Amino acid sequence: MSLDVAEFETVPAAWTRRHLLDLEGLSAEELTCLLDTAAQFKHATDNCKRRLPVLAGRTVANLFFENSTRTRNSFSLAAKRLGADTIEFTSSGSSVSKGETFIDTAKNIEAMNVDALVVRHSAPGTPHLLSNNVACSVVNAGDGPHEHPTQGLLDILTIREHRGTLAGLTVALVGDIAHSRTARSNIWGLKTLGAHVIVCGPATLVSRRWEEFGVEVAYKLDDILPRCDVLNLLRIQFERQYTRPFPSVREYALLYAMDRQRLRRAKDNVLIMAPGPINRGVEITPEVADGPHSVILDQVTNGLAVRMAVLWLVMNV
Amino acid sequence: MRLLITHGRVICPATNVDRVTNLLVENGKIAAYDAESRGDEQIIDASGLIVSPGLIDMHVQLREPGCEEDETIECGTAAALAGGFTSIACIPNTDPPLDSQAGVEFVLHKALRANNCRVFVLACVSKNREGKELAEIGSLVEGGAVGFTDADRPIHNSELLRRALEYCLMFDKPILNHPEVLDLSQGGIMHEGRTSLVLGLAGMPAEAEDVMTGRALRLAEETGGRLHLMNISSGGSVELIRRAKARGVKVTAEVCAPHFCLTDDKLRTFDSNYKVNPPLRPAEHVAACIEGLADGTIDVIASGHAPRASEKKMRELDQAPFGMINLETTLALVITKLIHPGHLDWPTALAKLTINPARALGLNKGTLAVGADADITIIDPQRRWVVDPSRFKSKSSNTPLAGVELQGQAAHVIVGGALKF
Repeated sequence: MSLDVAEFETVPAAWTRRHLLDLEGLSAEELTCLLDTAAQFKHATDNCKRRLPVLAGRTVANLFFENSTRTRNSFSLAAKRLGADTIEFTSSGSSVSKGETFIDTAKNIEAMNVDALVVRHSAPGTPHLLSNNVACSVVNAGDGPHEHPTQGLLDILTIREHRGTLAGLTVALVGDIAHSRTARSNIWGLKTLGAHVIVCGPATLVSRRWEEFGVEVAYKLDDILPRCDVLNLLRIQFERQYTRPFPSVREYALLYAMDRQRLRRAKDNVLIMAPGPINRGVEITPEVADGPHSVILDQVTNGLAVRMAVLWLVMNV
Repeated sequence: MRLLITHGRVICPATNVDRVTNLLVENGKIAAYDAESRGDEQIIDASGLIVSPGLIDMHVQLREPGCEEDETIECGTAAALAGGFTSIACIPNTDPPLDSQAGVEFVLHKALRANNCRVFVLACVSKNREGKELAEIGSLVEGGAVGFTDADRPIHNSELLRRALEYCLMFDKPILNHPEVLDLSQGGIMHEGRTSLVLGLAGMPAEAEDVMTGRALRLAEETGGRLHLMNISSGGSVELIRRAKARGVKVTAEVCAPHFCLTDDKLRTFDSNYKVNPPLRPAEHVAACIEGLADGTIDVIASGHAPRASEKKMRELDQAPFGMINLETTLALVITKLIHPGHLDWPTALAKLTINPARALGLNKGTLAVGADADITIIDPQRRWVVDPSRFKSKSSNTPLAGVELQGQAAHVIVGGALKF
């Protein structure tokens, strides 16, 4: 075990950031460094099962101002696997309901000698604002519809594991692009690493403006299916929509749900991904979600690897 | 009481004066040009300075009564003086809103007590600013209201807007409308475009402004009522106003300070001080606003002063209220961003800060004609200064311009012949 720890003494030269706020601003070298480090941690912890106390004596605080089970537990477990102490903060029952501002909340938690704040918030930019107001590291665990960098990284890591490289692959992000932080993080990460990205969904949720960023825009899933190496099926974010962007869930499912019939039109080795939580029967049918093309559970394991890598990197610069 | 302002470049767009001269003030009025000293007057040496009619800001939030944590009439009028304004018009987004004669007279009374700049009141178009029934416009005029607006709430009901334009014909008062179709902008935080797409921030499309601008112009044309469009920020609206003016529609329009100098990509900082309504827009809209100012489509430059207490602004972007303070920076922004780059010459720029807002509101102000009230702003066009909100007179400090160097500042401000700043 001590040998393993010795492997993680200094962070690679490519990594110089104290915060991970988004993937938009990262270079290909930085993204590759994150992915390589995640792969190393995954290997060194025997598929994220074993402890590797490279953050022993350090403290990670989870600040979740918005509901989350998967991401919060994943960050928490990642920190514990690395031997860090963790503080859990969720907004229900906290002082936020007493009118404290999020900056005050974060500063109070930081004052407990915290080394990194992992922040989830419904408002875009909140982790960026915090990073200007605290001395410790800040990791964005999802800021409204803006970005969810660790989700983007774990999606990309999963694709890389299965295909070896991102360059030249065609990856379709399907569904509610407008409200999806996962979509934005995927778009930047995938494009920087050389993949071709298609955003596909109802016109009310997929802006034509994405073309200005070199992203292909499609409305008909059936048209693009045969060309895709990866389909990432995003959840419809009903909670973020002011008005309903499509007539009914039924109609959405008819046009976009990934079912067995559609799967037949896809490439034989297509990867089916979903960031979860999934609405079974809306974006994806159970047969496909649980079928041989699905790598949804790999994504969850890789989430741990990516979060270990991110915490270790930002806390050791 | 005599006051002689010597050797200044006197620019009075209302009377087409632009020359270096000595200006004599006597008994609170403009008394004479080319005056010589008699030896017994107070002298202000204005060599190298510009002597302008007192600046008028027709779009200010004073927040009192009800929102004194943001601003008070005393602080707001002191900020106005510091910014070079001798007159301001305040909009009625107070609590309670200024929809009664008592409310209007309260503000006027407090303004007199503060004894800073002159204050004119824009009262509510609708009862309680609800956009349903007309407020008692006759009584409000009796109380001193000079125009009617529901402030940052657009007059959404077309029938109410039409009725208000018609009803105000009796009093020859303008209706001021903030053009925004709320159905298109609800929940929005910034301009809908490339930057909002990347940041995942809910957008307020330019069409939300354009559709309402078009509707208001059509109703003004039909009724013959006096319409003033507040807060123009989109190229589409500028074009609609340009065409309406060419048809002879009685309309005036204003651009507020943020919209001729800031673009929406500033939101990349996630600084809530950039969150304003209408939102900051991309460069092509800013250019269209400047073009509208240059060709006369846009008559008025206002500050759009919207003070908000720091505890309100220190929130997440979606929780923070809209607004930016600008009383103390607008003049310098006009000089730095419009005059210096050559978009506007001095007389044109000053017209939009003096006689044009006076005419839009029907005020007997904005001129240095002999016999007029001696409201005078003496401007140092060269002085460089760095914005420091901690030194502002305003009670709030919600500006993103802290630390920015600007050029030009009010050197002296004279209201009714009295040196106030």
